Amino acid sequence: MPSSEQLAQLILSGITQGSIYALIALGFVTIYNVTGVINFSQGEFAVIGAFVAITLSQKVLLWHGQMTASLEWPLPVAALIGVAAAVLIGVLLYRLGIQPSRNASPLSQIVVTIGASIALRGLVLLAWGTDPYRLTPFTEGPPFDLMGAILTRQSVWVMGLTVVFVVSLFLFFKYTLIGKALRASSANPGAARLMGINPQWMGLIAFALSAGLSALAGIVVAPVTFMTFDRGLMLSLKGFVAMIMGGLTDPVGAVVGGLILGVVESLAAGLISSGYRDAFTFAILVVVLLVRLGGFIKGRKGEALERAGL
Amino acid sequence: MKINFSPERIAVIIFVGAIAAAPFVIQNNYQIFMLTLIGLYTMLTVGLSLVMGYAGQASLGHATFYGLGAYITALLSARMGVPSWAALIAAGVLSALIGYVLGVPIFRLRGHYLAMATLGLNVIFVLIMKNEVAVTGGPSGFTDIPPLSVGGFVFDSDVKLYALVWAATLAVLAHALNIVNSRVGRALRAIHTSEVAAESLGVDANSFKLKVFALGAGYAGIAGGLYAQAIHFISPSSFDILVSIELVTMAAIGGLASIWGSIFGAATVVLLAQFIRDKLAEGLGLTGELEIIVFGFLLAIIMVLLPEGLTTGGLKLFREWRTRAKQ
Repeated sequence: MPSSEQLAQLILSGITQGSIYALIALGFVTIYNVTGVINFSQGEFAVIGAFVAITLSQKVLLWHGQMTASLEWPLPVAALIGVAAAVLIGVLLYRLGIQPSRNASPLSQIVVTIGASIALRGLVLLAWGTDPYRLTPFTEGPPFDLMGAILTRQSVWVMGLTVVFVVSLFLFFKYTLIGKALRASSANPGAARLMGINPQWMGLIAFALSAGLSALAGIVVAPVTFMTFDRGLMLSLKGFVAMIMGGLTDPVGAVVGGLILGVVESLAAGLISSGYRDAFTFAILVVVLLVRLGGFIKGRKGEALERAGL
Repeated sequence: MKINFSPERIAVIIFVGAIAAAPFVIQNNYQIFMLTLIGLYTMLTVGLSLVMGYAGQASLGHATFYGLGAYITALLSARMGVPSWAALIAAGVLSALIGYVLGVPIFRLRGHYLAMATLGLNVIFVLIMKNEVAVTGGPSGFTDIPPLSVGGFVFDSDVKLYALVWAATLAVLAHALNIVNSRVGRALRAIHTSEVAAESLGVDANSFKLKVFALGAGYAGIAGGLYAQAIHFISPSSFDILVSIELVTMAAIGGLASIWGSIFGAATVVLLAQFIRDKLAEGLGLTGELEIIVFGFLLAIIMVLLPEGLTTGGLKLFREWRTRAKQ
């Protein structure tokens, strides 16, 4: 039997990791609700945001080691530019990839975002190579002791900032005009259009917002785990699983799904087998898909399923 | 007996003739090997094209069955002493069988969920191959896989492998074309257009989808077995999600619902990759990343501009342009 300290430790690191999945899943839900697209390059935004922030704030070798960047700008500035870079790429993806193919099948649109994800991964590899990079933790200092488990300061940052991001996103959706317009066009695109809300613009904003959110997730987690060029795809898959766990269109569900996914994954990896960490995610996915979707959700959430092509 | 010389038949004869003549014209072993690779990828793409293009079902984990065939062949022939030809047949049959069994729960899903489940299948497969070191050799791979030998004849040279792979490829192509032009093919196209309409006309959509998925898995299993016997070494990274996505790229270039397009898609990707690696990347002082970038953009651009593939979509664009020019 594992000790209670060990369990607490696994749960803590699960929540830290799960926060990131939650943020990425929120991005998925935002885009899906407004445009009906599943954006598989979501994880790539996290990678790009993190790499840009790392490059601007600390010493980094670029372009096969032929260039050294040692700008050492303050972290908030670097993070802001990292987010801006991801937002720009998100906007470009929407304008050049999604908008022109908006009448294509969902399958074609998924493939468009997968293509974009592969291309972005290649660009990251080109610029930063295969070396793992770690962002300096936001604040220095010894870790906290929580019921015998170690809680690093960065984990506190991760959890705290996730709460801040999620709450501000909900406030944005609830109280701002743009937020309301976004909700309107996801609830009823036709009626929203009649009220003068341009669905094209809403799609663009959704992509920009989600890209920025993912970039923030990537930057916040970069001091906890090393960032490598190939992490994007797996982050996308995890975010998508969290989104499905939450019921596909439900932002609150996506956040809860992300946290549960992080904890279950951490427990399974710690107690059963670390080599199969990612396999547990998909085992959960299969259970959720086959048990829940085939069963009791179908009646109640028929609309959501219909939009997913079910 | 009257022989029908339709344009299609003539094209087939020219194509088969070209395949047969190639090793006599091309003396360079590396080029022969590239053609062999195109054959292998054609088999994979044909299966994927049946699933995605004809049945309209997203499958983003096709490399799973490619890997399954390769590992089954390796295990049976290198570890259990099964004759290599029997191992190859087993690879095809078992992959199809496993595809069918896995397809039962997977095809209860549609759309995004189906895409996700097939991707997940691929991730889990690669993880198992990486972690079960005692059986699969783990991340560093499985070595010393014997070449195919039938009655003392060993397929060990580049030219022999070329002949073997293309014989299998042509058989797969013929089989797939037969399926497409049969009742099954019409049923599949009906499912693609409207599943509800097809079902109301008595087409058991789920059963057809399963069968075609199993068939694609079987083709992939044979391709995997042949790959293992040609290279003598396999490792999990040869069958990961990126390979599945590469296969989707090939199918997309060829046009998702086009058997002949599969050859075109496979050839384009293999030759373009070779060109980028050997010519462009070296000139620019780069390695593999250029290939990734080009194929990523290529896949996205094709899906945006020519969702029916370069061949079908290109012809359509050409026709539109011509009618517009006439007006």
